[in-house]
Amino acid sequence: MHILDFNKLSLRDINKTLQGSDKNDFFSIRNPKGSHALAVGINKKITVKVVGSVGYYCAGMNKFSDIKVEGSAGPGLGENMMSGNIHVTGDVSQYAGASGHGGSILVDGNASSRCGISMKGVDIIIKGNVGHMSAFMAQRGNLVIFGDAGHALGDSIYEANIYVAGEVASLGTDCIEKKMTKKHLSNLENILSNANVSDYNPDTFRRFGSARSLYNFKVDNAKIY
Amino acid sequence: MCGIVGLFAKKENISANLGVHLSKMLESMSDRGPDSAGLAIYGKPSASKTKITVQSRSPKHDFQKLRKFLSAIKGISYSFKIHSTHAVIKLDVKKKDQVTNLVKDTFPNLRILSVGKKMEIYKEIGKPAEVVKRFEIAKMKGSHGIGHTRMATESAVTTLGAHPFSTGEDQCLVHNGSLSNHNSLRRELIRKEMTFETENDSEVAASFITYRMNSGKTLKEALESALVELDGFYTFVVGTENGFGVLRDPIACKPAVLAETPDYVAFGSEYRALTSLPKIEKAKVWEPEPATVYFWGH
Repeated sequence: MHILDFNKLSLRDINKTLQGSDKNDFFSIRNPKGSHALAVGINKKITVKVVGSVGYYCAGMNKFSDIKVEGSAGPGLGENMMSGNIHVTGDVSQYAGASGHGGSILVDGNASSRCGISMKGVDIIIKGNVGHMSAFMAQRGNLVIFGDAGHALGDSIYEANIYVAGEVASLGTDCIEKKMTKKHLSNLENILSNANVSDYNPDTFRRFGSARSLYNFKVDNAKIY
Repeated sequence: MCGIVGLFAKKENISANLGVHLSKMLESMSDRGPDSAGLAIYGKPSASKTKITVQSRSPKHDFQKLRKFLSAIKGISYSFKIHSTHAVIKLDVKKKDQVTNLVKDTFPNLRILSVGKKMEIYKEIGKPAEVVKRFEIAKMKGSHGIGHTRMATESAVTTLGAHPFSTGEDQCLVHNGSLSNHNSLRRELIRKEMTFETENDSEVAASFITYRMNSGKTLKEALESALVELDGFYTFVVGTENGFGVLRDPIACKPAVLAETPDYVAFGSEYRALTSLPKIEKAKVWEPEPATVYFWGH
C-alpha cells in the first residue's frame, strides 16, 4: 500500500502518481481537506482509499478503478465515469454521477440535488435521500434510492430506471411510476448485489421511468410555435 | 463564483479566537473570490454605545480631519480606532443619527459602511489574505461573524462593491450568485425611501431584507419573502445583532455547507472553508436544503 499525504504532496503530484501507477496498486490518501478534482482521470484498475472529505469533482472520468472516500464528497462526484466503482461513506453534494456511462457509485449517506443528471449507463445507489431534479434527462442505467427523493424526480427521463424505497416529493415531466416486474426486481437485486449491498427488503422499492410521451413531436403542439 | 464563510460561537473558546478562525476560513476561499474580500464582526457591545465604521480612500488625511471635526461638536464624547482604510467611531447611541448625518454632509468622500451596537464591517479590494492582514482581523473577538470573497459579475471591483453589505443597524448580508431582477427591485425600494451606494445586485438583496425587517417582519419572514420576490441565483448569509441566517434559492446551484459542534455553527461555500476549525472531523456536517430558512441566534 502506498500512502499519499496532502500534508506533504500537492494535488497535482498525487493525481500524477495515481494516473501513472501500475495495475492493481493500492493507495491510501490522507488529509484531503476538501480538495478538488482528487483521483480524476484514472484509467486502470487500482484501488484508492481516501481518508477524509473531498471537494468538487472527485473521481471524475473514472475508468476501471475502485475509489472509496471515507468521508463526504462535494459537487460532481464521479462525473462522466466510464467504469469502476466509487463508494462514499458520508454524503455527496450536487450532481453526483452526472452523465456517467458505466460502473457504479454507492453513497452511504444522502445525495443533494441533480443526482445522476443525464446519466448514460452508470448505476447509482444512494442509501439516504436525494435532492430535487435527480435523474434529470437520465438516458440509461439505474438510480436506486433507499430514502426519499426530492421534487421533479426523473424529469424528461429517457430509458433509465429509478427505484425508490422512500417517499417521492414529486415526479418531473414525463416520469411515471411503473410496475415492478420480475425482470426489474432481478435487475434491482443484481445492481445491489454487485455493490455488496444486502441489508434491504426488495418489496419496499417502487419503480419509476419514462412515459415516453416526449419522444415524438405532437403535431397538435405545432400551433404553439 | 464567490466564497462565503460564517462562524457563530456557542462557547467562549471560539469567540475569543473568532478573528483567527474567520481569517483562515476566508483565506481558504481565495480561489472562489480573489478580487476583494470583507468581513462583518459582531463584538461585545458597550452599554448605550454605538459603533460607526467609516472607510476612506485617503485615510491619513480624512481621518485626521474627521477627528478634529468630531472633537469640535459640543456634548459628544467618542473613541476613534483606525484600522488601515477603515475607522470605527464609538459614541453615545443618542448621538448616532446626529453624527452620522453630519459626517455624511461634511465628508462626502467618506463612506459609512456600518452602524450598530455590535457590528463592524471591514472590506477592501485585494486577495483575501491581504485584506485580513490589512485589518488585523486575527486579533478580533466576537460572538459571530460572516465573510465573503468576491469574484465580481454584476458590478465593478470597488471597495463598496465588496461584501458584506449593510443597509440597517447591525444587519448585513453576503451573497454568492446573481440576481436578475435587481434593477426593478432597486427602483421599487428607492420609492420606499431606501438609499443605495452601488449598482450591485447584492446590495438590493440586503436593502430588501432591511426594508422588510423595518416594516416589522422577523428575519425569518423577511427571508421567506425574499424567496418570492428575488429572482436569480443566491446563497445568502445574513448577520444580525444576535446571530446569522442562511438561505438558498429553490434551484440551489450555489454551494453551501453547514457544520455544527457543541462549540460553534459554521458556514462555508465549500468544506475546504471549514477544515481549519477545531474538531471539525467530529462536527455534524450537512448541506442546507433549498428554499429553507436557517437561523442561529444567541
